[in-house]
Formats: sequence, C-alpha cells, structure tokens
Amino acid sequence: MKTIAGYSDRLSVRPGETIAFKVSVETGPATYNASLVRLFNVDDHRDGPGLQERPLPASFAGPHRGRQQPIPNGSHVAIARRPPLAALGSFSVTATLWPTLPGQGRQALVSTLSPGQTSGFALGLDETGAVALTLGTPGGPWTLGSGRPLLEREWVLVGASYDADSGQARLWQRPRNRYPLADSTADGAAAAPVGLATGGDGDLTFAAQRGADGSAPAAMRAHYNGKLEAPRLTGRAVADDSIAPDDPALVGAWDFSRDMASETITDLSPNALHGRTWNLPLRAMKGSAWTGQWHDWRAQPAHYGAIHFHDDDLADAGWETDFTFTVPNELPSGLYAARLENGDEAEHVVFYVRPPRGRRTSDAVFLASTATYMAYGNYRVMNRSRLYELYLGVLPELVPSDLFLNERPTYGDSLYSLHRDGSGTALSTRLRPIVNMRPNTTLSAFNDDGFLLGWLDAIGQGVDVVTDEDLEREGAAALAGYRVLLTGNHPEYTSTGMWDAIQGFLDDGGRLLYLGGNGFFWRVAWHPTLPVIELRRAEDGSRPWEAEPGEYSMAWSGEYGGMWRRCDRTPNQLVGTGFAASGLDIGRPFRRRPESTDPRAAFIFEGLAADEVIGDFGLLLGGAAGYEIDRADRLLGTPPHALIVAEATGFTDNMVVVKEDMPATNWLLGGSDNPLVRADMLFFETPAGGAVFSASSISWSAALPCNGFDNNVARITGNVLRRFLDPAPFTPSKES
Amino acid sequence: MTTEPAPDETLAREFKADPLAQHSPNLQALLRRFRGEPVAGKYALLRTRHTREWTVVQFSGVKGEPLTLHPRLAFTDWRAAEWAVFQLRWRRHIGRPLSFEDADLMGRLGA
Repeated sequence: MKTIAGYSDRLSVRPGETIAFKVSVETGPATYNASLVRLFNVDDHRDGPGLQERPLPASFAGPHRGRQQPIPNGSHVAIARRPPLAALGSFSVTATLWPTLPGQGRQALVSTLSPGQTSGFALGLDETGAVALTLGTPGGPWTLGSGRPLLEREWVLVGASYDADSGQARLWQRPRNRYPLADSTADGAAAAPVGLATGGDGDLTFAAQRGADGSAPAAMRAHYNGKLEAPRLTGRAVADDSIAPDDPALVGAWDFSRDMASETITDLSPNALHGRTWNLPLRAMKGSAWTGQWHDWRAQPAHYGAIHFHDDDLADAGWETDFTFTVPNELPSGLYAARLENGDEAEHVVFYVRPPRGRRTSDAVFLASTATYMAYGNYRVMNRSRLYELYLGVLPELVPSDLFLNERPTYGDSLYSLHRDGSGTALSTRLRPIVNMRPNTTLSAFNDDGFLLGWLDAIGQGVDVVTDEDLEREGAAALAGYRVLLTGNHPEYTSTGMWDAIQGFLDDGGRLLYLGGNGFFWRVAWHPTLPVIELRRAEDGSRPWEAEPGEYSMAWSGEYGGMWRRCDRTPNQLVGTGFAASGLDIGRPFRRRPESTDPRAAFIFEGLAADEVIGDFGLLLGGAAGYEIDRADRLLGTPPHALIVAEATGFTDNMVVVKEDMPATNWLLGGSDNPLVRADMLFFETPAGGAVFSASSISWSAALPCNGFDNNVARITGNVLRRFLDPAPFTPSKES
Repeated sequence: MTTEPAPDETLAREFKADPLAQHSPNLQALLRRFRGEPVAGKYALLRTRHTREWTVVQFSGVKGEPLTLHPRLAFTDWRAAEWAVFQLRWRRHIGRPLSFEDADLMGRLGA
C-alpha cells in the first residue's frame, strides 16, 4: 500500500538547473529513503520486459525525515488588510449569486469576520441554504437568517445592512425568477448590539471566511460553491436593496469582469481595494446579465461578471520542499524519478531531464505528453458515471494507488471529473501529487509511453526529451535543430502554442512520428505563469461533462475552447488522421493496403511480407490497433497526397464511432456496421522535405515490447525512425 | 404492465466462452443492462498483483468512501473475474442464479 506521496516544482529540468521535491509521509515511519532512478519501461506487465528502473547516484540520496503535509482545497478572493475596511461600523453589502450547493454546509459570501468572530461581519448562506448575516461581537457571533433557502442554480441578489447607531440589522433575498410555490424572496430584520466594529481586522474575503490569520487557502473556512458577481460594500445602512456605484459612502465595488485572465480582482471604488483570487476559481463565467447574444467574454465582458468558486478547487498544494537536486551535466536526457520509500510500495516523483541549454544530444526528440498526463491527473475511476463501464466494454480496473487516491479527496481531480457541486473540472494543476503519473497505473498515456522509451533504449537509440509545457513556454525553439519528433501514444490535449511549435517544426522540414491515437483533440490553454491547464468541454466531442452555454471561451487565452476540429484546425491537417472510434475491449491488427507498396512508402515495410498481418499482439488489448483509433478523411484535412498504407478493421460493436461523426443519432455505432470505425496507418511528405508517419492507434506502442522488442510493430517503427533520421529530404514525385 | 421474459441461459454460456468478442445482439443488450448499473455497489476489479491477479471489488458511489473488497474472489485469469461478476449480476438482474453457477461463488463473495 502506498504510504508516501510527492511532487516537484518543475516537471522538466536541464543540467545545471535545480528541481525541488515536496513530500508528504501519509502513513508509516516518518523517515523515508530517497534515491534517483532513470525510468524506461514503467509497466511491470507480466508479458513485458518488466519495470526498467536504473538506480543512479544523486546528492539527495539517503534517509530524510518527513511529515504529513495537508492540501488546502477551495478557492476564494482575499483583499489584504486595508484601513477603509478596518474602520467599518454601519454598512451595507450586496452580491449577486448563482449558488450550486445551497443547504450543504455554511458558506461565506462576503466576510470581514475575524477568526475568533469577535468583530467583523459575514454575509453567507446558513446550513439550510438561506441567506444569513453574522456579526462578530466581543461575546461571540450574532446571527440573523432569512429562514428561506435559496434555489439552486438560480440568480439572486442578496444583501444585508447594519446601523451601528441603532443596532438595526436587516437582510434580503431578491431572486430573479419567482415561482408561485417556490419563491425564495425573503426579508429579515432584528436588533443587534449597537456600535459593533464590523470591519474585523480589515481583511475582506469573498467565497470563504477566515478561520485563522492570513489570506491563503489554509486560513479559510466555510467555502462557497457557486457563482458570485459584483459584490459591493458601503459604510452606511442603505434604505433599499441595492448599492449604487456612486454611493456617497462606497467602500468597494468589485467588478469580476476586469482582468479575467488573471488572479487580480479589481475594485472600481476610489478606495482601490484590489485583491486576488486563491486556488484559481473559474473566471470568464457568464453572469446574471448574460442574454445569449454574446458567447465570447471578450466581446461583452459585462455579461461575464461572475466567478465560479468551488470548495474543492486546487491550484497549488503548497507543500514545503524536502530536498532539491541540481542536475549534473552528465545526466542524459530522459525520464527520471525521485524514488521515495518508507513502506512496501515506492513512490516515484517523475520528472524529465532535457539536454543542456542550446545543445542537442540526439537528432531525435520525444515529446512527453505532459498536458495529457495532467488532464488525466488523479483520474478517479471510482468517481466516474454509470456509463463508464459501458464505455470501456469491460470491468473497470483499479490499481492500489486508486485506493490511496480515493482516501484523499484533497489531492484534486482530473479534467474528467465533476466538482462536488456537479460542475465540470476545467483546470488541472501539476503542483500536487499526481498518483497515476507513476509506474504501473492504468493511465495509458503515461504508463504506455514507457513502452516507447523502453524500445528506444533496447535498440540503442538515444533521444532527447521535451515536454508539452516546454513547447508551450518556448515555442518552436524547443524543437529547433531536431530532425525527428516522436509523440507518445495519446497526445490528446494541445494548446495553440504547442500546436504551432509542432507545425513550425514540420514547416522547417522536421519529421514527425505520431505514435498514438486520439491526438491533438482538445484545445487547452496554459496559465500564463502557473503549471495549470484550462479546458472548456465545448459543444462537441466525447465529454464527461459539458461546459455551460456561453462558457466555451477560455479565461486565460480568450480562445474558443473544446475540440480543435471545431476550430477548423483538425488533427488530420497536422498528422493526417483524426479520432475515429474508441473501445477498450480488444485490439485488432493492421493489414497492409496497396499503397504500402508505393515506392514512396516502401521503406516503412522493409523486411515484412506483402501480406503480413501487423500487430496481432500487444500488451494493451492484444492488438496494435485499439483503445482509441484515428482515420484519414480528406474532407477533414488529410493531405491529398497522403498514403494510407495499412488499416485495421473488424472491431467489435464496443468500438464505437466518435459522436462528432454522428450528425444525428443513429444505430450505426460500432465496429460491425460503421465503416468509419477503423484505424488508418498513414504517411505523407511535407513541402519542406520532411514527412509524417501516423500509427493512428493508442495501443500501437504497447505492441513494441512483445517478443523482446522483436516484432513487426517494432520493425515498422524502426524502419520509419531510421529513414526519418536520414537527412536526405523527402521529395515525392509520381515517378519516385 | 408486461414482464420481460428472463433471458436464455445460452447468453451466459456465450459470455463465459469469451467475455471479449463480437457478442450476439441479445448478449450485447444484456451486457448494456448489466454494465449500466448505478455506481454505488457497482463491481470492478482491483489489480492486487499487477496484471497477474485481479480481485472483485464494489464501488461505494461516494467519493472518499472506501470500496468493498471481496478477497476470496481473486483470480489470476482476468476472464474468470469477468465471469464471476457476470454471474453475480445475473442473480441481481434476473432474480435467480444461473443453473450452472459456480458452486462456490456466493460463498466466496460472502467471505
């Protein structure tokens, strides 16, 4: 059983650079042993080469004293200690809400309450979901509630006021929609103690209240779930239900539609009580003013004045560093891990070593699909919908780390999960332990990329490594000088910067081996500075959740999110094939097509018989075509000169066509009756003398290790790699 | 109200013969029913030894709550694990055991 977990501040590091490791001893002895290992094949499959883990000396090797480190969840806004807040006596506060979990615990909306609740105020929801005002008094909290719960996912203006001279307190709920038998309109009034200091310590928070000193997540309590819009605060008790922007005693008027691509919160009042968000609540969310006329927050920011807060948001676990490692110059580029042990199951905190800056140590570079690993990070099999097993076509399989993860909700979720309030998880950070980005897990994208690294090692082919994050931050320069780029088996999540870097590499004559399936499918955006990706599951594609109408554009980039195919950038344009079908029961072999004998493609099949069945074996589903597969389609952008050199068909009905290829619901779903359910192995040359080879199947690389890496999948991959490494340009002609 | 007739046990024999195949339309329909169960109480497999041993488990359906392990329903053949779960689901959905149910199935489940 897993007893220890960790993560690092960076995922790729060059010689001379330093990486910091953060460790939590969850159970077992406090002293753990750390060591450095280089990893190749990371799956101990009974029919494979075994876990390939090579110990190396490292400065940090040896025993370390650890401790448990908590992960504070939940997002909020904090405005640090400011005089206009500290001086507050009489006041009124308003905000517009769209609550998603009313009635599930006390939730703070706007709060200056001191941690001891002896001063300050909090406007929030009580345990029943009704609006409540809490005033801190020297004798403890004084509370007034409306007694009428708010409706879930309905816009409502809420407010409260307090007159310090008379002690009169009141509150109100003004729902936008009123229903005859479920009207949540309410008012409340009562006499509170006079003369209270309602500014607390001068700290203001939205969507949580302070339970301890400080502004960071660990100090927060009573997180709010739902959208919050336009909080306003004035230093007098207003007579009506709203606070005008030119209120004579205005303390603050916060406009969340400003700086939506950042953590900055802007106050429009003269006090300039600006703040910041913590744990990345979701911004560029439509507010109460949204009409459906505008779907892009940049076109009409005023319609996007809401922030969606979740009590399980997480941007950064914030653990203390246990040890650091400065990468020595002689360490080859590759996949490594800090191996941590205090029990019977080691933790591997994986990271990638790149070559020294400005140098290549190979003509070939492997692109680690770290955006995809993050998208699936802490994928909770047990938290999936009832449809999950139908999607698989077999019983879901768990590994022990899934049990460890299940016991730790604070570790956060994957982009396949729902928040506790049922809204989709749109952000994923790697500043937390990602327990499935480890050896021997069911995250095929990471786990099976080890089969490729193991094969490259077995044939003596050194490769440099670059990560998705490097592509995003450095652009095409990250690939400059390389002749060959190899992808992993599932480069599904791609930002514009990553896409442009790969396209730029091809435009410069680079050669690309796309050794996967369902690649370049979802468009994501990277946070400008943090290692966090944003995804909007927009209007099409196989979606575990759906973004709300009007919320298809990402906050951090402003780009329309969702499927690349709907952005008129199709994977077919980049690699010749695009997602066709998925089914996780059995894989199928490829069979050569007549185009495979075209002189342009003959090098691919050197050493194979003309009728040789390709990949009727494999460690994933028993066939080299399977799991998720891609097909060529001229109308989707497959280059007209591309050669479909082999194809795999004959899948079961559990291999189901992608829904974007189903204009209207119909019964032509599965492999037995839909001709679109197939994998097309494809090759084409680029105008700059480069070329692309697409395996078009996730299970391709899991066939590489079979028979000691000696098989026709390995032979084909080797043939392509060898020719792609040859600097002779690809110059297709009809006579060639 | 009509009562759906119990499916023919030949469907169970078809599944037992090969849980991974292009199944007959009737077996596909039955499997959709079995596999579409709510998450709470749903069966799954835990790799108790990586790709060497699978143990039948049941989901709690609630994030953070432990699942139920059935340590005596552990199999070194993944197909045998699928077959065990199929038999359990037959009981649950059809309302009676298969006439050729594994003799020790329920004993191993309850242990």
